[in-house]
Amino acid sequence: MRQPNLPARTYRLTILSCAVLFSSHAHKNRKRMDDGARDDRERRVPGSWPFGVRPAEILTLLVVLVSLLASISSAQDWVRTGTSLGVEKVPLAVPDFKPSGADPQNAALLKTFNDTFWNDLDNSGVVELVSKSFYPLQAPGQPAEVTFGLWNSPPPNAAMLAFGNLGVLAGKLTVQGWLYDVKNTASPQVLGKQYTDVPTDDAARLIAHKFADEIILRLGGGLAGIAESKIYFVSDRSGHKEIWAMDYDGSNQHQLTHQGSISLSPRVSPDGSRLAFSSLTKSGWDILMYSFDVNRLVSFPRFGGTNLSPAWSPDGARLALSSSRGGDSEIYICDASGANLRRMTNNKGPDVSPAWNRKTGAQLTFVSGRTGLPQIYTMEADGTGQTRMTDQGYAVSPNWAPNGQFLTFAWIRKYGPGEPGASDLYLMDIASKQWVQLTHDGGRNDFPGWSPDGRHIVFQSSRSGKEEIWEMLADGTKLHQLTFTGRNTQPNWSWK
Amino acid sequence: MKHQTLKLKWFALVVGLSAVLMLGACKKKAAPPPPPPPPPPASPTASISVSPDTIQAGQSSTLSWQTSNATDVSIDGIGAVQPSGSQQVSPSTSTTYHLTAKGAGGTQDATTRLTVTQPPPPVTQTPSPTDEDLFNSSVKDVYFEYEKSDIRGDQQPSIQADVLFLNQHSNVSFTIEGHCDERGSTEYNLALGDQRASSVKNALTTAGIASNRIKTISYGKEKPFCTESNEACWQQNRRGHFVYQK
Repeated sequence: MRQPNLPARTYRLTILSCAVLFSSHAHKNRKRMDDGARDDRERRVPGSWPFGVRPAEILTLLVVLVSLLASISSAQDWVRTGTSLGVEKVPLAVPDFKPSGADPQNAALLKTFNDTFWNDLDNSGVVELVSKSFYPLQAPGQPAEVTFGLWNSPPPNAAMLAFGNLGVLAGKLTVQGWLYDVKNTASPQVLGKQYTDVPTDDAARLIAHKFADEIILRLGGGLAGIAESKIYFVSDRSGHKEIWAMDYDGSNQHQLTHQGSISLSPRVSPDGSRLAFSSLTKSGWDILMYSFDVNRLVSFPRFGGTNLSPAWSPDGARLALSSSRGGDSEIYICDASGANLRRMTNNKGPDVSPAWNRKTGAQLTFVSGRTGLPQIYTMEADGTGQTRMTDQGYAVSPNWAPNGQFLTFAWIRKYGPGEPGASDLYLMDIASKQWVQLTHDGGRNDFPGWSPDGRHIVFQSSRSGKEEIWEMLADGTKLHQLTFTGRNTQPNWSWK
Repeated sequence: MKHQTLKLKWFALVVGLSAVLMLGACKKKAAPPPPPPPPPPASPTASISVSPDTIQAGQSSTLSWQTSNATDVSIDGIGAVQPSGSQQVSPSTSTTYHLTAKGAGGTQDATTRLTVTQPPPPVTQTPSPTDEDLFNSSVKDVYFEYEKSDIRGDQQPSIQADVLFLNQHSNVSFTIEGHCDERGSTEYNLALGDQRASSVKNALTTAGIASNRIKTISYGKEKPFCTESNEACWQQNRRGHFVYQK
């Protein structure tokens, strides 16, 4: 909770990517935690963060810390994961932008802009938005209207102030926005931007996304925001399971494919130009390719057998997929054109759902049922070094974090008759195989996917009663639902 | 003379009385009472009957009707008819005949109902069942343990029955659909369903069924037979399902 009477603080723009920290106690007591139903829920130890990181160290922000902290004063074991660990988030005040003219369209466009802008910043996990109830009555629309004393001291006590104006003039929508460091009255301006576009609702939303991303880039330590990213997913709302797309915040949902059968597992290419998916055709399950350049399907070879779960390498040059063309479901890799198909696994039992190491492109994770129930594996991109990562239960839908160090996946740790069988999302540090549970709140949770900045995870959950797309911060907090119509599954976040 | 006079007197009396009587009669005729108003035209009468009143579809019955004092007689569904008559009818379903007789004296309705019963199904020889009918009634689906794709022991009799039928109907081609229950991931279940279908196919080809007669497809958990979340329903959904290929 926000405390309005804190002394002036120096905010630390540090350690932004998701980090998992285990004490040595957690390590020793892992077996005990396995046996407890919800013991692995995070426990916070206030004020125990040992690293003071100064702004000069901001350049190390992309480095995600995975530490075993040997000497914690508390005797209790603890597990902690989150964004901006140990860092006070920047208190940012965002008064509504003001109309810059008297055009009748201004009111509606301002509402769209202000709602979108606020949500983008709120969802980012980078800043702490100062509640609007603390704001002075007069909000600035121009730099000259900023009264620093009203913002940099209680009640708002903001460190940063984002403000600006919006108006339609001569058929053009113009937005001016500023980001001010209100504690630094001598040289307050961090950012000043002007955007011009057509006066439509979509344009107002896009400008809000762009300006929010600019602010998150500054306050998030150089890691780009995600407000302009897209999420692809499967929806049955047309009567068939088809591939749909939406903005990252759930707006602008629209149907991409019209196959009229069953289409699954959308995966967008790293450059955003193509989307591979699996669809039931007359000849069986085939990989199909949708092009955003021509907004239709383009040709892709039919391999025979059941072909599922395509996955793009981070350079966009190759695809991994599951095919039973040789009789058994195995992981194959081919060029982005479908040429040079090569088998990577050779086991009895299904091998499916590959995903690349998004940082190196040199390893893959996948699901294999070679020992019975499905488990998570990793291997080198040439098929060597196949390593089992999960030790029990039913583990599926792995995905590799953008930083290359973590896996997320869906896991029913106690699977079998008479077991509750809750499917929850987990985060695993690959080097140590240490894991934390991210979801606890019931329903079947599956198919976690990372946002481009690695701060968010999108997933499908039945917690609302039926399968819908949800999004949360990578530490499992700030959940919110993105879809509400029909059944919506298998979300895939764009790469940028 | 006196006797003759008496006779004349009697004659005169008779003649006189007759004259009086006749005159009276004549007088009556000459002045009749005013004529009463003409009587109203008689109301039409109508009756209709059908005999027999119950027939089987395809048989006929005789419809008879009689009317009087009617100038315009019609029966719904037949049209204008003679004032009285009869006609053969053979409707396919039960029919109510409605006769309307119109005359100067008004309109009279009459109805009768003919009940038509459907004939008992003909005791003809059933056509020989098609291969598809036989396939659907003879070939047994194969059920699986959860998360397993190998054929369990209690399903071997189904496989054997299927092999027997398929050997006897060597022209039949078919698809084996692999299905899974609702638990677990979409992608893994599609791969598992593929293995189940392959597993059934392998059992059949091992027993000598030509592999080119068999297609396989996985539906994973996309097309469940049963949608409840309990073990009985899940077992129904974990199967290799045979579909005749036309």
